[in-house]
Amino acid sequence: MIYKVIAKSEFKRFTDALLRDNTSFGPRQVDTDSRGKAVYQFLPVTSSDDVAFDYTATASSAKHFFLPFREELSRFVFQDQEWDQQISYEGNPIVLIGLRACDISALNILDDVLLKGHFPSPYYLAKRKNTFVIGMDHLPLPDCFCKSMNHHTISTGFNLFCSDIGEDYYLSINSSKAFNFLKEFDTRDPIDDDNCRLVERRKIISDSFRSEVDVTALPSILDIEFDSPVWEKWGNKCLNCGTCAMVCPTCYCYSVEESFDTNLKGATRQKKLYSCNLVDFAEVAGGHNFRPKNGDRLKYRYYHQHRGFAENANQQICVGCNRCGRACLAGINPKDVINDLRMDKESCLTNISSSPDRI
Amino acid sequence: MKHWGFTFEKLKIASFDFTCCEGCQLQLANRESTLIDFLELLDIRNFRELSSEQFDDYDIALIEGSISRQDEVERLQAIRRQAKTLIAFGTCACFGGVNSLKNKFPLNESVAEVYPGMQVETMAVRKISDLVKVDLSIPGCPVNKEEVERLMVNLATGSQVTLPKHPVCFECKAQLNTCLFELGEICLGPITRGGCNAVCTTGKTPCLGCRGPSEEINMPAFVELVKERELSLDDLQEKIAFYNAFEGFSNHEA
Repeated sequence: MIYKVIAKSEFKRFTDALLRDNTSFGPRQVDTDSRGKAVYQFLPVTSSDDVAFDYTATASSAKHFFLPFREELSRFVFQDQEWDQQISYEGNPIVLIGLRACDISALNILDDVLLKGHFPSPYYLAKRKNTFVIGMDHLPLPDCFCKSMNHHTISTGFNLFCSDIGEDYYLSINSSKAFNFLKEFDTRDPIDDDNCRLVERRKIISDSFRSEVDVTALPSILDIEFDSPVWEKWGNKCLNCGTCAMVCPTCYCYSVEESFDTNLKGATRQKKLYSCNLVDFAEVAGGHNFRPKNGDRLKYRYYHQHRGFAENANQQICVGCNRCGRACLAGINPKDVINDLRMDKESCLTNISSSPDRI
Repeated sequence: MKHWGFTFEKLKIASFDFTCCEGCQLQLANRESTLIDFLELLDIRNFRELSSEQFDDYDIALIEGSISRQDEVERLQAIRRQAKTLIAFGTCACFGGVNSLKNKFPLNESVAEVYPGMQVETMAVRKISDLVKVDLSIPGCPVNKEEVERLMVNLATGSQVTLPKHPVCFECKAQLNTCLFELGEICLGPITRGGCNAVCTTGKTPCLGCRGPSEEINMPAFVELVKERELSLDDLQEKIAFYNAFEGFSNHEA
């Protein structure tokens, strides 16, 4: 990693040049909600003026730039008695500006799952390698809990990360591409004062978290609580709409559909991001549904998010952005569900155990 | 048509309109980019919007509209006797549709309001499945031509013919739309069957549920959400009743 400091006015020049010459996406305000809060999404940007640098968090994550909501995996062309399969892993180069530390952490987790397993995804790789990621730090929202998940800081997975130290950005440069781009612009090496300002900024961010989720030993608690009534309680609220997985930066589960072209001369195989809370997620051929109940489906989402699967070495894949909690119309959010699970057993401790020595 | 050892027969199809605006049928002639390919799949035996030729030897009958007169009942039953596959085509056929709003008022009042001083033969509006067996329902006001194309291709090729089971929200999120509840509106997206690509909500118009309930809707939780956000339960009732698509759910707690 190479560190540089750039004046904000110069950074604007840098982003203007970058966004002008590349297909770029950054945070933009799309709406003001009924409580007067701005709503942001990652959308096309062509100059620094388009980018809402003071944004909080986008409603949907940046996942779909790497895992599109719908993506063609292959085409089939029928000719005479033969057929031909065509596959392309194209990923057009893009710039993504303004990602938060937790968003970049999410990409690193997707890298673990989709690139480091037994069957790396060339579709994902093409997009990931062709994306220039510029991260920016921010003060957490009251419901962000990425600090609990240890994803509020980041040291890898981006090309360039900008920490706001007042008049300047403190740049962490993590790729030769970013370093070479920046050569054209006026930057300087950090001095002591800059380093102090960076440490101070990090401390302010770290001290600003208002939400905490105790995730210690959570994988084992989830194992113990497999039959907990907590799942049914929260499942009864669930609308089965799949919104949580759609806005999530790490939910990568999908379904595959094959369909004929209308002219019957070809066919397509498409991958569609799906959600384990949708009613037919665990439905198999013949119509049997392994998870017909809301609570079961909700439980498995939490299991995947907070207990992990073998593909990612049983690591939690939740980064604590709380997009799912914000977007859930039924008010289901990781903080309350996990705390409820913990309370479930802790209440049994206080009822049964009479061992004050423990404290 | 012959492909890779399989022979596909053209679908011998007919389309009939009842109490409706004929907008769903018109969708069949929409989406020009694939229209010629689509028509290649079909052997149209009877469809007054596309052809003046009329034959009675169809296998598949598309039924558009709801039923609101006795002669419609008889005509529908005759079509049922001929058709091997009868498809309720569009929201009016599937659920009664907007026409069902008439059922909220005494018949004579409706007639006096719309056709003052005229003798009109009419009866309470019913959906197709109230009268005959329906083999397949394709909801939508209007139907989504892309979905109709897919279903017709699947019928022609013997593939599985299914509708999406997830609600509209799922597709709305893929459009990066701001949730209309966040903008202070009641939207039926969370309880309505997807497959429309969230076309209304993408245009910032709340979903009125034209495609009917998605599988396993959670109506108590949905009503609770409207109450918690202090939105109007009257507005909720009005939206749920709009297409008559939530019969059996509409009086739930609200």
